[in-house]
Amino acid sequence: MSHLTAWPVFLPLITGFLLILLRGKGIYYQRIVSLSAVAGLVALAVALIVVSLPGQYQVYLLGNWTAPFGIVLVADRASALMVSITAVLALAALWYAVASNTDEKGPHFHVLYQLQLFGLNGAFLTGDLFNLFVFFEVLLLASYGLLLHGGGRLRTRAGLHYVVINLIGSTLFLFAVGTLYGLLGTLNIADMAARIATAPGDSLGLIAAAGLLLLVVFGVKAAMFPLYLWMPGAYANTSAPVAALFAIMTKVGIYAIIRVHGTIFGSEAGELAYYYMPWVLGLGLVTLTFAALGVMAARNLREQIAYLVLASVATLLIGVGLNGSSALSATLYYLIHSTLIAGAMFLLADVILKGRGAFEDRFESAPQLPNAVVTGSVFMFGAIAITGMPPLSGFFGKVLILNAALHHEWVAWVFTILLAASLLTIITMARTGSSIFYRTLPPPPSPAAGEPLNRNAFMAVIGLFLVSPVLVICAQPVTAFTASAAEQLLDSTAYIEAVLSAPAVNNPSIEE
Amino acid sequence: MTLLSFNIPVVVLLPFVGAIAAAWVSRYSRLASAWAATIITLLAMAFLAPAAGLPFQGETLIQSWSWIPGIGLTFSFRLDGLALLFALLILAIGLLVIGYARYYLSPKDCMGRFFAYLLMFMGSMLGVVLSENLIQLVVFWELTSLTSFLLISYWRHRQDARLGARMALAITGAGGLALLAGVMLLGHVVGSYNLTDVLAAGDRVRASELYLPVLVLILIGVFTKSAQFPFHFWLPHAMAAPTPVSAYLHSATMVKAGIFLLARFFPVLSGTPEWSWIVSSAGLITLVIGAYIALFQHDLKGLLAYSTISHLGLITLLFGFGTQLAAVAAIFHIINHATFKASLFMVAGIIDHETGTRDMRRINGLFSYMPHTAVLAMIAAAAMAGVPLLNGFLSKEMFFQQTITASQVSGWAWAIPALVLIAAIFSVAYSLRFIHDVFFNGKPVDLPKTPHEPPRFMKIPVDLLVIICLAVGIIPMFTVAPVLHVAVAGTLQASPPEYSLAIWHGINLPLIMSILALAGGALVYTARKRLFAWHDASVARWDARIVFNAILGSLDRFAVGVTRVFDKGSLQNAAVWVIVTALTAGFIGWMGISAPLLGARELLPVDGVSLAVLAVMMAASLMTAVLHRRRLVSLLMLGVVGLVVSLVFVKFSAPDLALTQLSVEVVTVVLLLLALYFLPQSTPRERDKVRIGRDIAISVLAGAGVAVLTMGVLTRELTPISDYFLLNAVPGGGGTNVVNVILVDFRGTDTLGEIVVLALAGLGIYAMLRGMKLPAPDRDSQGRLWSSDNHPEIMRTHTRLLFPLMLMIAVYIFLRGHNLPGGGFIAGLIAAVALIVQYLANGIAWTSKRLRFDMHWVIGLGLLAATATGLVAMGLGYPFLTSTFTYLDWPVVGKFEVASAIAFDLGVFLVVVGATVLSLVELGKLSDSSHKAEQQKRRTEVR
Repeated sequence: MSHLTAWPVFLPLITGFLLILLRGKGIYYQRIVSLSAVAGLVALAVALIVVSLPGQYQVYLLGNWTAPFGIVLVADRASALMVSITAVLALAALWYAVASNTDEKGPHFHVLYQLQLFGLNGAFLTGDLFNLFVFFEVLLLASYGLLLHGGGRLRTRAGLHYVVINLIGSTLFLFAVGTLYGLLGTLNIADMAARIATAPGDSLGLIAAAGLLLLVVFGVKAAMFPLYLWMPGAYANTSAPVAALFAIMTKVGIYAIIRVHGTIFGSEAGELAYYYMPWVLGLGLVTLTFAALGVMAARNLREQIAYLVLASVATLLIGVGLNGSSALSATLYYLIHSTLIAGAMFLLADVILKGRGAFEDRFESAPQLPNAVVTGSVFMFGAIAITGMPPLSGFFGKVLILNAALHHEWVAWVFTILLAASLLTIITMARTGSSIFYRTLPPPPSPAAGEPLNRNAFMAVIGLFLVSPVLVICAQPVTAFTASAAEQLLDSTAYIEAVLSAPAVNNPSIEE
Repeated sequence: MTLLSFNIPVVVLLPFVGAIAAAWVSRYSRLASAWAATIITLLAMAFLAPAAGLPFQGETLIQSWSWIPGIGLTFSFRLDGLALLFALLILAIGLLVIGYARYYLSPKDCMGRFFAYLLMFMGSMLGVVLSENLIQLVVFWELTSLTSFLLISYWRHRQDARLGARMALAITGAGGLALLAGVMLLGHVVGSYNLTDVLAAGDRVRASELYLPVLVLILIGVFTKSAQFPFHFWLPHAMAAPTPVSAYLHSATMVKAGIFLLARFFPVLSGTPEWSWIVSSAGLITLVIGAYIALFQHDLKGLLAYSTISHLGLITLLFGFGTQLAAVAAIFHIINHATFKASLFMVAGIIDHETGTRDMRRINGLFSYMPHTAVLAMIAAAAMAGVPLLNGFLSKEMFFQQTITASQVSGWAWAIPALVLIAAIFSVAYSLRFIHDVFFNGKPVDLPKTPHEPPRFMKIPVDLLVIICLAVGIIPMFTVAPVLHVAVAGTLQASPPEYSLAIWHGINLPLIMSILALAGGALVYTARKRLFAWHDASVARWDARIVFNAILGSLDRFAVGVTRVFDKGSLQNAAVWVIVTALTAGFIGWMGISAPLLGARELLPVDGVSLAVLAVMMAASLMTAVLHRRRLVSLLMLGVVGLVVSLVFVKFSAPDLALTQLSVEVVTVVLLLLALYFLPQSTPRERDKVRIGRDIAISVLAGAGVAVLTMGVLTRELTPISDYFLLNAVPGGGGTNVVNVILVDFRGTDTLGEIVVLALAGLGIYAMLRGMKLPAPDRDSQGRLWSSDNHPEIMRTHTRLLFPLMLMIAVYIFLRGHNLPGGGFIAGLIAAVALIVQYLANGIAWTSKRLRFDMHWVIGLGLLAATATGLVAMGLGYPFLTSTFTYLDWPVVGKFEVASAIAFDLGVFLVVVGATVLSLVELGKLSDSSHKAEQQKRRTEVR
């Protein structure tokens, strides 16, 4: 019995309550425990990827109850990939938090951080729709706590918007799950997919309604138009490591659409097969338009990066909406890139903000940053990556998605909006870089000066950015992996078969 | 593996590696980076050399590696005649520019940065011309935009440099994206991104229905890069770059990248009316406009910039003609323009360097100060004007010949040679101005520096270029002919047509045009004073930059407008969007499938009591909303709703849910009461009637939507998986209370997640409130002071008596949970209520002194207990949270069942108690401290 599938979920949970119990020991112990746990998570994620490579589903029956009666965790290539991205991002953001002492700005940072990872990994691995709801709640509460970490008026306000909108989302989730359970009689995703094929025709209308309601729920999480209003404020106003970790939060929504909708309303769903796809694609295109305009309209760097994250989410939605193995493969490739680069950008924005002292990250002339050459070069690198200019991974992700769009009937729309949005972000980022790094004032009197570069913390930024060239140079194996993950995601028959036939370990209590 | 199997990527990538080296060595010595750049360029040439002979033997060298096979992206390079010509131009002129720049840059300028950027640019350019794969070509294409951004903004303290760089990036970046789209569509048509396949598929491409989009998109890329009308305006603004950059990028290389692409795709895309119309009209307009404006530039580099635009238009026009001979002329002029324009830019840089200005109204009579430079400049400018015995004359003759050929096509085509002649006249005039205004024409006016000849080595690059101009112009057959031949073959992908490079073809129309141009140019130049006055008064006010800025400005305002209108920063606005979207989604989902809303199941009969209870609930819900401004009443109404819900649970035989609902309701109301204290005493009244109406409508619709959804589900027959739970609760889970067994066993992970949520809520509230001070009101909403009698004696006494009883009930409920209604969650809430009551009745200080648990520990231990049961199962080789149970015989009690799940339930119990009490105590402390501060203040005021 291999427990590998369960460990990425429960390691952060165990670390979380150990950290509660270690509360009195001081920040030093907390940091060691927290960092080693996340490092362990990276190792687990790598192991999970390796195990997923041959293409088997790792089904883990929690409580030893077979599906659909108990809750299952399912690891396949896509979920292993998501867990890995999370682990890498979490390690870098945590390193930054520790190196910049952000974790000391309020109580329980590490506890909340670990429980956030519990929620994330749970959401990526679960095979049960209601369990997904539970992990969404864990995520929501943990992220709300993290969002408020450090306090402040703007942060509290953004946090309130975040939590209220997401609670509305949770309520809708319950409506949707309740309806689906009421019509299909099950909560297991694979079982739902199996039952939808034989569902009576007169209930398909309500099932379709519940499915789109669920799309709204995931759309709130993913920040899809017009549901993203909680997002720019929350990302722009929280502390840097939290914003960086949140780069994966929107991807939870994307992943949920791929996994839940892709399985339940997949190719086997008869009349409802992929009926939601035009909405994903259409709203993705609208989101991208609004995101590009938002990038242009942003008033400070962090808000701008938040809108850039929105643009990347929109690009992912387009990739999902194009529907097909090449589009899905492109989406996964772009997802790796956009998550890690967005995380790095939030950290970099914090470095810039601290270096500019009282000018923070507003777009106005300020004295030159300390270590402007290094910071400026890294900013240029990041701007190239996040706007999707060559030669970094953003460009290749976009090309992959465009290539997948060539066969779609909306190809003209996808090309026009994707490329126009790219252009707007390129123009805007050139303006931003110019106003922060080029248009500088003479050096200020010493009290107004910014902090010198924190080299330890900066390593996290560099580390995340290095992923981009690696994704380009190793594009062949990476795209081969994402392609095989996409194939596996689209094969809902195999998924259903694997989940529903997973055997329980011989249970002594049943023998009696 | 021979050198010929991998040398081309080395040539391309070497400058990128070299850029790092050049930047690195600059910390040791300023000149070291110049030397590094020189060595890198020479090395690149050395790597190219072994392959350079192949195109002359009619071979095309292709080196290819797999990259992203899924989309046909290969890492592959191609060396044919066209690529070779451009690679040689890039490397050779690059080498000269590096030598020149070493003297040009002042000690204030950072050498390392400059040469690093320059080398990166060189690598990008080489990548463009040597790419076999089209996507890869676009990669390098965009890299030239990026590196030229860095080079133009090299003097970053100057505003014109920053703006010029951004404008160049915006225009060429846009073109790059269009090119990407065009190339992808082209690859889609051909079925491959490899040039070899694309070049062989010309007929298929031209016949494709996607031909026009492909053509237009690729041409946008070409025109933006090569500064063709209407995208020409960025080039003059890019002149803010250091002059070596202008000499390199804006004469010989980057602006030629677009031209290169025209040549590259010539066999694929040309030969259609669309091609001829678009390409030749853009070229012709650019040729004329550029030549005209160039004359009126007072800035030396401005003149050269517009002249470049004009010459690029000339080459574009030639390609637009679409004939093979026109292509020959175009390629020939590419070579010639690169040589004379690079040398002219360098001269302009020398003059700028030595006089401190580039304004031709001040620079006069320099011949006496720098005769050597003057001679070089005059030869190069004469080549630009098309004076015989210089290279410019030869290609211009060929050009005139082509325009005459083209004029025979249709009735209106005579306009082509006519307009070309006008452009040629202006071209002669501005060349004359460059010579006469700068080197003669009286004395210098108020120069910042006294001019003198530049350092010997700064002139050597110019010397060499001017010698080439002469050599090509006088003995073309022995100099340029072989290169031209092979480049034309590479362009056409076929053997070149018959053409003659002779200087003398007898007296023919092109020669007459040349003579007319020279004479007319001299005439125009003499009349320049009057022309300047006229131009300044009329045309000068027209500047495409104004249009560009207006477009960008309105785009910016539009972006701000849209963003602020949609994202108002208002929570209500965001919530409305979510709810309206959900309603729409549900409606659309249902509409999309033609299926009835309600099922066939018969409804149950309704009794009077149920109706009455439901009426109470509905009334209470309504009151909660209507009375929201009176918060206390509204909150009590909410409590009523909750209580009625628990009655509904009772009615439908769900005692566990009823108990849970009841205790949750109590705890929630207490928590909200504590929080109410800090809210403002009065809520502002909503006055916007429209908005109230809108919100009421949305609420009603949302409520109706949920009701319909529920009815739809409840009126249908259901065969859920719950039978399995009923059957297996006792044999598999060891408990007769199926709800509890589901909670702690079948779906224990859900419960684990939920208690983590609860723990997070407690910890989150703690983290948020710790150290917080909120302003507390000193009076209630009616203006009464708070009572100072905090803890009524009767309540205090009774609650202390009740405390052990309440705990006993909690324990009882907990223990029986697995078999009868109850369980850890409910028991935890009851225990929490017992504790909360103590806090309320006796005050925080009194209770905390007696209850010394740290609630964090309680939460931590609870999570530990719940998880540990899971881990133990893992240790025994079962999945996480696998339960077991056994029966024990206790004296007195009898047979007693013990399930491992009870440990899990204990964890639930502890977390519920810990989290609830932690939140309440923190809220209470906050109110306590704020209240005390308030009282303190009042006391001091009284004193």
